[in-house]
Amino acid sequence: MSAPVLEVRDLRKAYGAIQAVGGVSFQVMPGEIFGVIGPNGSGKTTMFNSVLGQIEPDAGEIRLNGADITGLSPLELNRRGVGRTFQTLQVFGKMSVRDNLIVAAQEHKGSMFSRMFAPGDSGLGPKADELIDLFRIRHVADKPAGSLSYGQQKLVDIAMAFMSEPALVLLDEPCAGVNPSLVGGISTLLKELNARRGGSFVVIEHNMDFVMDLCHRIMVMVEGTVMAIGTPAEIRANKAVLDAYLGN
Amino acid sequence: MNKRNVVLAFLALAALLVAPHFLKSYGLYLLTYWLVFILATMGLNLTVGYAGQKSLGHAAFFGIGAYTVAIMMKAGLSFWLGLPAAALLCFLVGLALGFPALRVQTIYLAFATLGFNTAAWLVMRNEEWLTGGTFGINNIARPSLFGMSLDGSLAYYHFTLGMTIIFAALLWGLLRSPWGKAFTALRDNPIRAESLGVDIRGYTLLSFAIGAAYAGIAGALFASLVQFIDPAPFTVGSSIMMYLMVVVGGPGYFLGPVLGAAVGVVLPEWLRFAQAWYLFVFGTAVVLLMIWLPDGLLSIPDRLRARREAREASAARSAAAARHGGNA
Amino acid sequence: MTDFLQLFFSGMATGSIYALAALGFTLLWQASGTINFAQGEFVMLPAFAMVGLIAAGAPLPLAFVLTVVLAIGVLGWAFKRGVVDPLFRHGMMPIVVATIGLSIALSNGVRAGYSAEAHPFAGMFPDRIFNIAGVTITLADCGTLAFALLLVLATQSFLARTVTGRAMQAVAQNTESATVLGINVPRMIFYTFAINAALACAAALLVTPVYLAKFDMGVSLGTKAFFAAVIGGFNNSRGALLGGVIVGVGENLAAAYVSPQYKDAVALALFMVVILFKPQGLLGRKEERKV
Repeated sequence: MSAPVLEVRDLRKAYGAIQAVGGVSFQVMPGEIFGVIGPNGSGKTTMFNSVLGQIEPDAGEIRLNGADITGLSPLELNRRGVGRTFQTLQVFGKMSVRDNLIVAAQEHKGSMFSRMFAPGDSGLGPKADELIDLFRIRHVADKPAGSLSYGQQKLVDIAMAFMSEPALVLLDEPCAGVNPSLVGGISTLLKELNARRGGSFVVIEHNMDFVMDLCHRIMVMVEGTVMAIGTPAEIRANKAVLDAYLGN
Repeated sequence: MNKRNVVLAFLALAALLVAPHFLKSYGLYLLTYWLVFILATMGLNLTVGYAGQKSLGHAAFFGIGAYTVAIMMKAGLSFWLGLPAAALLCFLVGLALGFPALRVQTIYLAFATLGFNTAAWLVMRNEEWLTGGTFGINNIARPSLFGMSLDGSLAYYHFTLGMTIIFAALLWGLLRSPWGKAFTALRDNPIRAESLGVDIRGYTLLSFAIGAAYAGIAGALFASLVQFIDPAPFTVGSSIMMYLMVVVGGPGYFLGPVLGAAVGVVLPEWLRFAQAWYLFVFGTAVVLLMIWLPDGLLSIPDRLRARREAREASAARSAAAARHGGNA
Repeated sequence: MTDFLQLFFSGMATGSIYALAALGFTLLWQASGTINFAQGEFVMLPAFAMVGLIAAGAPLPLAFVLTVVLAIGVLGWAFKRGVVDPLFRHGMMPIVVATIGLSIALSNGVRAGYSAEAHPFAGMFPDRIFNIAGVTITLADCGTLAFALLLVLATQSFLARTVTGRAMQAVAQNTESATVLGINVPRMIFYTFAINAALACAAALLVTPVYLAKFDMGVSLGTKAFFAAVIGGFNNSRGALLGGVIVGVGENLAAAYVSPQYKDAVALALFMVVILFKPQGLLGRKEERKV
């Protein structure tokens, strides 16, 4: 078995007396789509934000391809190949869709100084076009991202996370607020991206059908701890999980 | 740039070259004055309009540039030494002023830069040994270029025009490069930008420093244009006015400052006899502009286009619905 | 030592006027997220209204009351409906820019339409000087301090003690839950604007005898009020009082002991330190950075 891409060991974070995350450990393998589910307040988001450098964990270790990345800034993490999306829409509203995609990867090319003299698209035009076609947003590619519908902006948002070919992408509720008829499309897209370019994904999501359909393995969090990790079939069969979460 | 824009640019240049022959000396002075303020507010447009950093201290850099050149020329040094010194000094001070922007944003940043401006102005007014205090510095010479004296107002106008075009072109190039997108990303959503590898600290500092350097260059040209400087043009009020020029013209529109400088300083200077009424109208216009056109005058074409597209889209929808209804 | 006390006391008197203007500033911010860059002009206009009414033969108390009524209509209601309400949804900076425009329009409107000269204004306190243990203080300073303090404290106890005041504070803290509780939010916000207008009139009454009524008197007053509000913490109304007094006293002491030329730098230095190290102000609550 190959080495894990992401390894989280005994992660802990408390807010005052409340233990938001109390000793969470898991591994994400190369090429794997790893789902994280759990009721509100189960510590998913705190875990996510600790891994992504948004908040500093109290204890624990986070490793990316074997290197310790605990406490690195979001900027550092991105430079090392961690991409992400946010729960809420986070596109650059006044830039065109194509420019949104280009700016999502341009800082990985050359130095700050050399970028001053680089062409406007940093040579990333073909790659942006590839994702524009894959996400079927060609017809809006030159419009300001802020003028698109919510669902289209969500697609742009997800596409941006993949522009710099990150080894690991963390998606925070990719289906939140999206029209239910489009959820299947997002799932297909993510599977296609995973099959085409490899890379590992971590997905937080409330939509159970989406997670069960998309992910190779799923981690169930309850009250800041890991209740179970397993394949969708194993999770479906897990009595404790059914009682605690799926039951209601 | 498409063909139409190239044609328009040439027409504008031709107009700027021909115009002086129809103007008296005061008109020519005003035209030069306009160019100087275009240069200064282009820098502020980078800081405020493109990078989204709320700076209310730009007149301080304009002043630092002007005093640097004036003091150096009084010490017998060449304008050609003073100009880069002014730009460099402003770049460095701008870099330093960028640091508060890493800690505080929006209105707090506006307060901090406003405070910086007050401090700079106090130094200009009080340190007589250096700046001449309220008496200012007079008889500032005009430079010569390749042996040609730029003393005459027409020669100095051509010189300022050339400088403005060069620095506008440089800024245009910078904004077309990946840097332009990085600045815009920083303005639209710094947290997202950082998660995509954009060094928001670096770009924040640079947006201040480059904007300040432009003000410094403009200040240097200003000193030699008016040939007498005192602290009056570099107050917080002037900074606020420069901010308004950017906002009125259209923040984040490359040519916004051209329009902004015209309505912000040139018209009130020209309409000196009715300045108070003019400023009354200007202030009222700013309020109305914020209510109806918050993205500035140059956003009008975009507004119209968006409205037309929305109309076409809804027409297409209702046509489709009608077809659908007919088939059913 | 007596010098020091004298300076301290007169600084407090000036500072209490700053506090009046600053208090309105913080109230507006809390209730509606409005940063009013025209706050100084909101003091200048009532000053001219009173000058005009007195010139027309009205006695000072009547002139003051009429001015307050007028100010609540124009600087309260019309300002809210005409400028703040349409811009509210766009966030903070458009309101800032609009109030900057408003301040330019108001001061130049007075300059062009009424007078560019300074107009004297008799205060409500006669010229008397007291001597207490070697410290000379003027009746005007005493009266100003007492009157301003009274107003600040009255405003605060109105906010803390009365039903309306509590409702206003609820709106300031959380508009949504205030709505759920059945509070008439738009009306409470209007009351805030009305109080701001009335406080500005009071500030005008106290400051004009010293500064004279002039179209640009708002500039320095507005800046000071604004520094005071930020130093004290502009999401806290007690901060306005503290900030105002700090600025008033600091200026006076600096002018005497450091350098009169750098008098303005004291408030500025304090302001910069506060902005950079405690941006919520000395007494303010910390606001979370929003993602």
